[in-house]
Amino acid sequence: MSDIKQPGADGIIRMEAVNKWYGQFHVLKDINLNVRQGERIVLCGPSGSGKSTTIRCINRLEEHQKGSIVVDGTELTNDLKQIENVRREVGMVFQHFNLFPHLTILQNCTLAPMWVRKMPKKEAEEIAMHYLQRVRIPEQAHKYPGQLSGGQQQRVAIARALCMKPKIMLFDEPTSALDPEMVKEVLDTMVGLANDGMTMLCVTHEMGFARTVADRVIFMDKGEIVEQAKPDDFFDRPQNERTQLFLGQILH
Amino acid sequence: MTTHQFKPDLPPPVATVGVYAWLRANLFSSVPNTLLTLVALYLIWLIVPPLLSWAIFQATWLGDSREQCTPSGACWLFIEQRFGQFMYGYYPPELRWRVDLTVLLAVVGAAPLFVARFTHKLRYGIAFLVLYPILAYCLLSGGMLGLEHVPTTQWGGLMLNLILATVGIAGALPLGILLALGRRSKLPAVRVVCVTFIEFWRGVPLITVLFMASVMLPLFLPEGMSFDKMLRALIGIILFESAYVAEVVRGGMQAIPKGQYEAAAAMALGYWRSMFLVVLPQALKLVIPGLVNTFIALFKDTSLVYIVGLFELLNSVKQASADPKWLGMATEGYVFAALVFWIFCFGMSRYSMHLERKLDTGHKR
Repeated sequence: MSDIKQPGADGIIRMEAVNKWYGQFHVLKDINLNVRQGERIVLCGPSGSGKSTTIRCINRLEEHQKGSIVVDGTELTNDLKQIENVRREVGMVFQHFNLFPHLTILQNCTLAPMWVRKMPKKEAEEIAMHYLQRVRIPEQAHKYPGQLSGGQQQRVAIARALCMKPKIMLFDEPTSALDPEMVKEVLDTMVGLANDGMTMLCVTHEMGFARTVADRVIFMDKGEIVEQAKPDDFFDRPQNERTQLFLGQILH
Repeated sequence: MTTHQFKPDLPPPVATVGVYAWLRANLFSSVPNTLLTLVALYLIWLIVPPLLSWAIFQATWLGDSREQCTPSGACWLFIEQRFGQFMYGYYPPELRWRVDLTVLLAVVGAAPLFVARFTHKLRYGIAFLVLYPILAYCLLSGGMLGLEHVPTTQWGGLMLNLILATVGIAGALPLGILLALGRRSKLPAVRVVCVTFIEFWRGVPLITVLFMASVMLPLFLPEGMSFDKMLRALIGIILFESAYVAEVVRGGMQAIPKGQYEAAAAMALGYWRSMFLVVLPQALKLVIPGLVNTFIALFKDTSLVYIVGLFELLNSVKQASADPKWLGMATEGYVFAALVFWIFCFGMSRYSMHLERKLDTGHKR
C-alpha cells in the first residue's frame, strides 16, 4: 500500500482491528493504526468517513466494540481508572472550542491541573500563563470566553489542553468553525506545536497544513483506512481511486 | 480668523415629546384606545379611593382597645396589639429576644458573603452553613447552656414560616440536585430510584403529605416512639419540594451543550468533578428563575402547616381574630398577612433578578 514503515510494538498509540457500530451502522471497520512518539498524523476524508470517531476512540469519548486500543501502555477498557489515566496524557481540541463559559480564560486553563494533577494554584497559574503566552494571548487571561473571537477561543483551547502537559494532542477539525481570517492564527499555533515534537493526530481539511507538518497523511472513507502515505506521495501520487476522487474535489 | 455663531437649536415639536405627546401616543391614539382609557380610569376611581380611605385615611392607628376604632375604617390596633403573636406565635414573650438574636446573627453572619472585596467566600460560606444552623437551633430550642427549653409546639407566627422556608430550601436544594444527577445517571438502578422518588412526590398534593406526616405516620411507628410534629412537617416539605427542584435543575442540565461534558471528560475530570465544576455551575445559573419560582411557592406553601395544627402566620391571624375581644377583625388580619407574604416573595424575586445580572458572564451571544 505504501512505503511507510508502520511502527511496531513501540507505538505510543496502537489500534488493532478496531470496530465500532452505531446501532446497525458500521462506523469503523477494522482500523489498524500505530503512532510513534513524536509522529504528526493528519486524518482526512469525506464527511461521515469515521475520522473524527477514530480519534475520539483514542481518549474514549467514543467506545469501540471490537479490537484493542492501547495508549501509552494502557489498554482502553470499561475500567474508569484506566480511561482517566489515558485522558490525563491525551489533550483534545474540539471543533467548537468547548471552553467553559462560566470561567475566565485563566481558570479554564488551571481547572484540570488543579483538580486532576492536584497542582497548587500558584504553580497552575504560572504554567497557564506560560502557555497563554505561547499562543500569544496572555493579555486576555482575565476575560471570559464569550468576550473573545473564535480564533482566540481556539488558541485558548489549545493552551488549556497543553496545561495538562499531555504526551499526545488530538485535534478534531480545529479550524472548521472559524471565520476564514482566523484560520491562520490557529494553524500557526499548531505548526509551532508540531515543531516542538508533540505527538499529534489532527482531523482537518487544511491540506496546506498537512503538506507542511504531517509525517503521514491518512485517508479514510466509509469507516476504513483507504490509504496512508507521506504527504508528498499522498498528494502527488495518490494510489487509490477514492483518494484521487477526494483530492480532486478539494484541491482545484 | 473668522468668528461665527451657530443659530440656536429649535425647540422639539410639541407633538412628539412631553406629557401631552405621551398621553396622545399611549392613551388616546384611537377611538377604541380612548374608550379603554376612560373605562380604566372609571374602574380606578371606583376602587382606589374607597380602598385608601379604608386602609389609611379613615383607619385607626393609635390606641389600645377596639372601642377607639372608627367603624368606617380599618382597625390597625388589632395588628399592633397582636403583633407579637403574629411574629412569634406562642413563643414565651420574655424569651423572644432569642428569636431576634437568631435573625440578627443570620444577617450579620451572612453579610460578609455580600461584600465584593471579601476573598474567602467559599470557606467562610461553608463554615457559616455548618455552624449557623447549630447555633440557631440552640438559641431557638434552648434546653442547654442555661437557656430555657421552648418546645416547637410553641413556635409560631412568621418565625415558623421563615424557619420552615429556609430549612426547607436548604434541604431541598442539595437533595434536588442529587436527584437531578441521579435521573440523568447512566446506572439504571440509580435512575429508577430517582425517577420513582420524583414522580411519587410530585404526584401527591403537599397538603396530603403534611396530613400523612402528622396523622398517619405515628400510627406506623412503634408505641411510645414519636418525634416532633414540626420536624415531621419539615421533612415532608423537604422531600416534596426536592422533587420540584430536581426537575428544574434537570432542565438546566439538559440545556448545557454536549461539548461541555466532553471537554470536561477529555481533561480527565471524572464524573463528580465534571458535574460540580463544569455542568452544575452553568446549569444552576440558567435555572435561577425556575428555582426562585419554586422557592417562592415553597415559602407560600409553609402556610399549609396550619392544617396539622402548627401556628404559623396565617393560623395565628385566624386564632387572634377568633378572640372575642377582637371579633370581626379578620379582614385587617388577612390583609396584614398578605402584605407580609408579598414583601418576602417580592424581595426574593428582586434578589434573583440581581443575581442573574451579576452572574452573567456574557457567553450568550
